[in-house]
Amino acid sequence: MSERTIVRSGEGVPATTAGTLPVRVRSRWTRILLSRDAVMFYALIAVVVYAYTQVPYFASTQTVGFLLLDVIPILLIAMPMALVIITGEIDLSVASTVGLTSAVMGVLFQAGVPIGVVLVLCLLLGTVLGAVNGFLVTALGLPSLAVTIGTLALYRGFALVVIGDNAVANFPQELTRFSTSKLGDTGIPVVMLLVLAVALVFGVLLHFTPFGRALVALGFNKEAAAFVGIRVGRAKFWLFVSTGLVSSLAGIFWTLRYSSARSDNATGIELAVIAAVLLGGVSIFGGTGSIPGVIIGVLLIGTINYTLRLARFSDVVLSIVTGALLIASVVAPSIAEWARGRLHARRTARLELQRAAAQ
Amino acid sequence: MTTPTLADDIPVLELHHASKAFGAVVALSDGTIEILPGEIHALVGENGAGKSTLIKVLAGVHRPDSGDFRLDGKPVSFGTPADSKAAGISVIYQEPTLFPDLTVAENIYIGRQPRGRGGLISRSTMRAEATKLFATLGVPIDPERIAAGLSIADQQIIEIAKAISLDARVLIMDEPTAALSGVEVERLFGVARSLRDRGAGILFISHRFDEVFGLSDRITVMRDGAFIATHTTGSVTVDAIVREMVGRDISALFPKEEAVIGDPVLSVRGLGRAGVFSDISFDVRAGEIVGLAGLVGAGRTEVARAIFGIDRYDAGSVEVNGVPLRPHDPQSAITAGLGLVPEDRRKQGLVMELSVTRNATLTLRTALARFGLISGAREHALGEDWSRRLQVKTASPDLPVATLSGGNQQKVVLAKWLATDPQVLIVDEPTRGIDIGTKAEVHRLISDLAGRGIAVLMISSELPEVLGMADRILVMREGRLTATIDRTDATAERVMFAATETLESTP
Amino acid sequence: MLVVVTATINPLFLTPQGVKDLLLNATIVVILAIGQALVIITRNVDLSVGSILGLVAFGTGTLFAVYPGIPIILVFVIGMAFGAVLGAVNGLLVTIAKVPALVITLGTLYIYRGVNNAWAGGTQYFAGDRPRAFSSLSTDTIFGFPLITLLAIAVVVGVAIVLAYTRAGRDLYAIGSDPAAARLFGIPVTRRVLGAFVASGVLAGLAAVLYASRFNAVGATTGTGLELDVVAAAVVGGVAIFGGSGTVVGAAIGALLLTTITSALTALRVDKFWQQAIVGVLIIAAISVDRLVSLNRARKLRVSEARNV
Repeated sequence: MSERTIVRSGEGVPATTAGTLPVRVRSRWTRILLSRDAVMFYALIAVVVYAYTQVPYFASTQTVGFLLLDVIPILLIAMPMALVIITGEIDLSVASTVGLTSAVMGVLFQAGVPIGVVLVLCLLLGTVLGAVNGFLVTALGLPSLAVTIGTLALYRGFALVVIGDNAVANFPQELTRFSTSKLGDTGIPVVMLLVLAVALVFGVLLHFTPFGRALVALGFNKEAAAFVGIRVGRAKFWLFVSTGLVSSLAGIFWTLRYSSARSDNATGIELAVIAAVLLGGVSIFGGTGSIPGVIIGVLLIGTINYTLRLARFSDVVLSIVTGALLIASVVAPSIAEWARGRLHARRTARLELQRAAAQ
Repeated sequence: MTTPTLADDIPVLELHHASKAFGAVVALSDGTIEILPGEIHALVGENGAGKSTLIKVLAGVHRPDSGDFRLDGKPVSFGTPADSKAAGISVIYQEPTLFPDLTVAENIYIGRQPRGRGGLISRSTMRAEATKLFATLGVPIDPERIAAGLSIADQQIIEIAKAISLDARVLIMDEPTAALSGVEVERLFGVARSLRDRGAGILFISHRFDEVFGLSDRITVMRDGAFIATHTTGSVTVDAIVREMVGRDISALFPKEEAVIGDPVLSVRGLGRAGVFSDISFDVRAGEIVGLAGLVGAGRTEVARAIFGIDRYDAGSVEVNGVPLRPHDPQSAITAGLGLVPEDRRKQGLVMELSVTRNATLTLRTALARFGLISGAREHALGEDWSRRLQVKTASPDLPVATLSGGNQQKVVLAKWLATDPQVLIVDEPTRGIDIGTKAEVHRLISDLAGRGIAVLMISSELPEVLGMADRILVMREGRLTATIDRTDATAERVMFAATETLESTP
Repeated sequence: MLVVVTATINPLFLTPQGVKDLLLNATIVVILAIGQALVIITRNVDLSVGSILGLVAFGTGTLFAVYPGIPIILVFVIGMAFGAVLGAVNGLLVTIAKVPALVITLGTLYIYRGVNNAWAGGTQYFAGDRPRAFSSLSTDTIFGFPLITLLAIAVVVGVAIVLAYTRAGRDLYAIGSDPAAARLFGIPVTRRVLGAFVASGVLAGLAAVLYASRFNAVGATTGTGLELDVVAAAVVGGVAIFGGSGTVVGAAIGALLLTTITSALTALRVDKFWQQAIVGVLIIAAISVDRLVSLNRARKLRVSEARNV
């Protein structure tokens, strides 16, 4: 646990409690090396090292390639999703946005629209779908959970309406080949460069801009944020828009990579995205979280899944792992807090005993 | 000063010399009260005098650190509100806590609904009982409607009905009339009198002297967490009570430096919000501290929120240096040079989880950025600079503000606004819940700011603070400005009367 | 209305067989929606019902395959107990870890489905593996009503009585209405919320056994995606997603309505692909109406409380 997040605004502590609480101040480096992100990083390294030495076929550039191709959609969507969850909202409709984008892409392309125009229209579509979510949440004040369960069904439904049971597969070969091409012999997909660019944009946005400062503040405390002039609704609206846009980008990649536009593409990946984001240290209650942490979270889940698959666990069993990691990542802080509370109580009791003995 | 009258009856409830401290802050040093069966007892005192803490001790919310607590002459000790309720004590807080989705009848009987055949809840019995209750109270509330949408007055009546149905022997009401209109107050008092006549002991807190004298049999005064006196209502005057409530030398504590007062900076004209306040007009000049006094619920905080753009308003305008502010847009208010130190430090003033630095620079987000990017170094330098200037006591400016004491937290809120170099600063209860030493520091800071030409609007429920700091005092009552009093003419009595009396003519 | 319109356009819709099919199709969603309503009323949600149904349905198939002579009533008991355990896991995680139910049940949705997959693998059990008496449960009728529909009605009535006429039932509304106040009041919040999740599990277990009786095959993917229909049914049936209000009768009608729409669309030869989109529209419309009503109420309150200001 990071030292920064030790105190949540103290309910139960009377407002009049005065006196500075004893807090250890650690040096900058100790703090960085013991932070939650760092611990997650060690876990990722451990898993990679284990797989590299123990799992047959893991140690190859091909593995790197497939593993990364697998996580790219999740990694992409996890970026805006992290920001949405940091502001205390959630977007469950992302996978359906991927599916609808894919379906529309297939239908438009088959209708003979030039592929360049198709791609632009797809990104535009994602933006609109995100804006619909944002409008319902911020203008009507509806809970994002309920709204995006609704649009999850709605967007997937539209995908079915648009393309039905059909699949479109004959996309230009240059594009499909590009989507899986690698950087030299490293095994790293070229598309990773695009993903890194997206991650950089969201990372900088969250950690180094006034907007990012505002997001964190409003994630912890919406009311206090409004009192320093932060436009809470507007900020959230644009986050939903960005989630839609990036989801449609992921939809384009998905379609090209599998060279198949179908209505059921990416069904259920919203769960994998949310699991990865929460595992990456973003608090479901808002406020806490970092982009590097989320990237590590995505890679960790991706690596574990891929390793298990190589170790011949069936695909479907992997959902147990994703589910368990999701629950563990939200339950662990509660357990840690409980343990810390016990420890604190014991320490206080000891101090009081000593005080009593001294008298 | 008189000691509690020892009547022939054994008090149904008595508390002697109770104390309660939260950390270093002593909220109650000598909590003493006696409630006789069949009397209405008023508890008066300034904000912060310890009335609410006393009530929470009686209600079992707080366990006193020391003191003697008796029911019917026998010592008792309550661990939870449920214990107190079981002993026949019902407490009605300022904000009633009904379940909005349940019916009125169900809200009265939740958890102990009457059961009929087969152990199932008998709705007809419940409805009949509730109807009977309302009949005895003489109020026309439909027991079958859901609680959502009921007026505060009706909600309070329902809380009273609940208390009666529980056979409460002691009924405690914390400022029950703060949010009520004249007719509603009369109805509430009718109910209180009939309860008294049936032998219940009633304790109520009020700031309105007409009510205190019109309703109560005895009055207990508290000040600074301690019992001062209990009087029989007929044998004491309002003046005497006010003197006992204020009871200290004002000018010594709050040194307002003389400042050169310039032109009006903040001008509020005809501001109104339906159901909250109306027709509010005033100016605040450069270098001037204007106090905004009044009772809790008079609409002062709401006016401040509307000026700053947190809430919408229906009528009027706000101008800074002659330029109208956009309504409902705090960011434009900030750009125009306004700052607001809100009433609730923990919920509105600060993001408790963020560091001192982050909080202090939150208002400067955009100014800190170069080419759209925030420089961490500049952010740090600025944070440290301000925490040094205001002498914020913290082990490191990187620590969450939650680790600071209340007074130091308030300094961070002030720093946040001073960093924007404001022209108008609105401070809402700037010293609430702050220890005496830091309080003086905050006062000096505010006084300094006025000295540097900032226009200050100070909302405060502490009379000495208002009297000591303000150049001019505006008084609000029930959503309207009722008086403007100059520093030279201001006395505690005049402000109190303007805040409570309907008949006070506006100068 | 919908029924009338559809019946005029397609007379086949209201034939005895058509109605019977409609009721049969609705039964399982009705039972699940009742459980969901209990949970949503406490301001929680259970997204794992589809997975619970799948797991228990496969368990039912397995039971009959392994113990061919097993009494049918025992299968019901085991199925419901299994559902109760799965619901209890949800409830314990939600109440002890104090994490939003959404996240927990999203996780268990995955886990239960994964367990189902691991257990079933490629195996599927077909109606032929089960006794005729069991399958006929869903085809037998009493006075023209399918047996399992009568069972569903009994469940609706039973749960409705518990919700409306027992203290525990009323507590659920109080908890959903204002959890903090409920705790202050001394209402056993933890126990009640846990109870709601267990009840939802039990009902999902019951629905699963009926599913095995009604449908031919049960396997690894049985019940996938059902949670959306169920949440939609409850919300469309007037159970407020913010908790505190709604009835199981409403939820049951919501389920019936959704099934009717689906059947009606088929009968009207509307593209079946529109069905899911319509579910989505219904969810969003239901919560929007909810919100607008409460906003309107709040505004009226403010103005009516306006004294002579």
